[in-house]
Amino acid sequence: MHLLVCGGTGCRASASDAIVGKLQKELDEKNLQDEVQVVMTGCFGFCEKGPIVKVLPDNTFYVQVTPDNAKEIIEEHVIKGRKVEHLLYKDPTTKKEISDSKHMGFYKKQLRIALRNCGVINPENIDEAIARDAYSALAKVLGEMTPEQAIQEMIDSGLRGRGGGGFPTGLKWKIALSNKADQKYVVCNADEGDPGAFMDRSILEGDPHSVIEAMAINGYCIGATKGLVYIRAEYPLAIERLKTAIKQAREYGLLGKNILGTGFDFDIELRYGAGAFVCGEETALIHSMEGERGEPTFKPPFPAESGYLGKPTNVNNVETYANIPVIYLKGANWFNKIGTDKSKGTKVFALAGKINNVGLIEVPMGTTLREVIYEIGGGIKDGKKFKAVQTGGPSGGCLTEKHLDTPIDYDNLIASGSMMGSGGMIVMDEDDCMVSIARFYLEFTVEESCGKCSPCRIGNKRLHEQLDVICKGKGTKDDLEKLKNLSLVIKDTSLCGLGQTSPNPVLSTLDNFYHEYIEHVHDKKCRAGVCKDLMKYLIDNEHCVGCTACARVCPVGAIAGERKGPHTIDQTICIKCGACMEKCKFNAISVQ
Amino acid sequence: MSSVKIKLNPKEVEKLKEVCTSFNNEGGELINVLHKAQGIFGYLPAEVQEIVAAELNVPVAKVYGVVTFYSFFTMIPKGLHPISVCTGTACYVRGAEKVLDEFRRRLKIQVGETSADGKFSLSCLRCVGACGLAPVVMVGEKVYGRVSPDGVAEILAEYE
Repeated sequence: MHLLVCGGTGCRASASDAIVGKLQKELDEKNLQDEVQVVMTGCFGFCEKGPIVKVLPDNTFYVQVTPDNAKEIIEEHVIKGRKVEHLLYKDPTTKKEISDSKHMGFYKKQLRIALRNCGVINPENIDEAIARDAYSALAKVLGEMTPEQAIQEMIDSGLRGRGGGGFPTGLKWKIALSNKADQKYVVCNADEGDPGAFMDRSILEGDPHSVIEAMAINGYCIGATKGLVYIRAEYPLAIERLKTAIKQAREYGLLGKNILGTGFDFDIELRYGAGAFVCGEETALIHSMEGERGEPTFKPPFPAESGYLGKPTNVNNVETYANIPVIYLKGANWFNKIGTDKSKGTKVFALAGKINNVGLIEVPMGTTLREVIYEIGGGIKDGKKFKAVQTGGPSGGCLTEKHLDTPIDYDNLIASGSMMGSGGMIVMDEDDCMVSIARFYLEFTVEESCGKCSPCRIGNKRLHEQLDVICKGKGTKDDLEKLKNLSLVIKDTSLCGLGQTSPNPVLSTLDNFYHEYIEHVHDKKCRAGVCKDLMKYLIDNEHCVGCTACARVCPVGAIAGERKGPHTIDQTICIKCGACMEKCKFNAISVQ
Repeated sequence: MSSVKIKLNPKEVEKLKEVCTSFNNEGGELINVLHKAQGIFGYLPAEVQEIVAAELNVPVAKVYGVVTFYSFFTMIPKGLHPISVCTGTACYVRGAEKVLDEFRRRLKIQVGETSADGKFSLSCLRCVGACGLAPVVMVGEKVYGRVSPDGVAEILAEYE
């Protein structure tokens, strides 16, 4: 029997390591340590209900477990064979407990290829990975295929880069192979900078061997003996697990000299990012690895011609790599049957925001947004109304009700005014102000723009200022036209992907939520009640009893009135903190 | 750079020089060296940057350019308990802004500042990958999930 405990970042933040300790202690006390194994795995994906404990072989899925539940799980489930009912997942509609994760709405529509081992194996034990076929693809490629054949297989699979660009992976490799040099490099981009996306981190934390294996295959295909992983310093757990995995792979002869006796040499080193979103762009990433400021440079030359230290370099993203071993094992023809015409396979999404089931999901390309949000995501939190879903992070756009039945793939998302990006998917409800959301993203872009080209450096700053003016109720209808024009100029004239996509949140909200912009500039109203400057706190004289509680709590002395007489708020002083409304016991204060 | 010179601990300076040597004093290793340097000193004041520049034989301006480019590097010492509020999108839509305001109000410092007693510093970070727990706050290495403005006082009290 196995007890799998989620060791992803979210669950660890909720004391999942203490759960492991407690479970082990209980087992030791009852002398069951040889019968039952406690394993800390990578992320199960269902972060909303974490920490998660899964019991094998019966597949019982316990949710929101605390260290105190450990005793119960051992005594009831392990010893007596009875499920601990109150820890089972309850279906929100039927209110019935579901014990096997296969039957949960969250997992039913998912197809896990890149995440196949996350939440299944202990990422710190190479034997468990090998038992799940890790490194068999490497053996197959090294033993049975020439680099040209292996690249052809990759082209046939139709795999496209999962980092955002969607460039065909096989083609990228082919170009890198064709450039001759004494040294070439394979780089894994693990600098996940898109706020709200955490799939790369989960893969590295849950299944680092799949990435190592794919990088070695990549090296063989293009003729590189050196691999580099560019990883965020903010991901300590992923770094630690990757280091462990590389060490184990070396010990097993799966990295290093003469891999598997084939005469192929390949080894991997880590390079740390230091927090710069623009480093997701490959030329910027390469400069950062060279110890420079992470500023992009003009392409061509592409990294495949002149990359790290001026040598041909192939850069792929973590999720792209995680797909690769399975493609070689099951064949290109298996992979290219999944997904849509031009987007093959699956995509991992980080589902977050105002949704019931926050988590990491993997679905075949072509799944609709509605299926993702309502079936997998379990709908909008607190029964509120869906307003928008933002895909593609700061480079993407906000999609609405009318896009819900669009099948998700690279081309459809771009046609709808958004993009795939790295796979962040943030759901918003009626309480979110779309103008503020656009301003939020621009604030991010302004901070992250490297400053090299002026359209991005100055243009985005102006966009942000204009949005700020609108949020403060000082915008005019002319500003909306200016916003649009400036956005288009920035898109057309920026040097790299960051600037070319940064106005997307503005353009897509202008397209889909023009009425909200009009309300802000014309009616001076924010329907979601987010823009403070457009809000007004008012005291209703009929309900006010003159208890003075509000006047005493007001931090700026904006409330005046006699004891036992009606009070009023001076709008010129009020800072809209809402303290008065919270304090009032008579519901006399409202917000408009 | 700053006009007031800070006196660095000679032992730590020695350690920094060893780090530089371990990277063969290569200019291309600048970012790796700075990571280690920040690990030693807690931050990267001008004095530390000057030593790194001399050891790696690169202009101080270049070191400064790199330090200020990346958000992970800081030239201001962090508080004893560095507080980071996640302002990633998932946390933002679940109310991170209000939590941040409450920290500002209670600590009477702005983002990027350290409290007068050196106890707390306040910063924003972008996504720790625990979006299921949004909004998320980190104090040192500890992660607090589902933080509401009301919960801020409780968190601070743990470190008083």
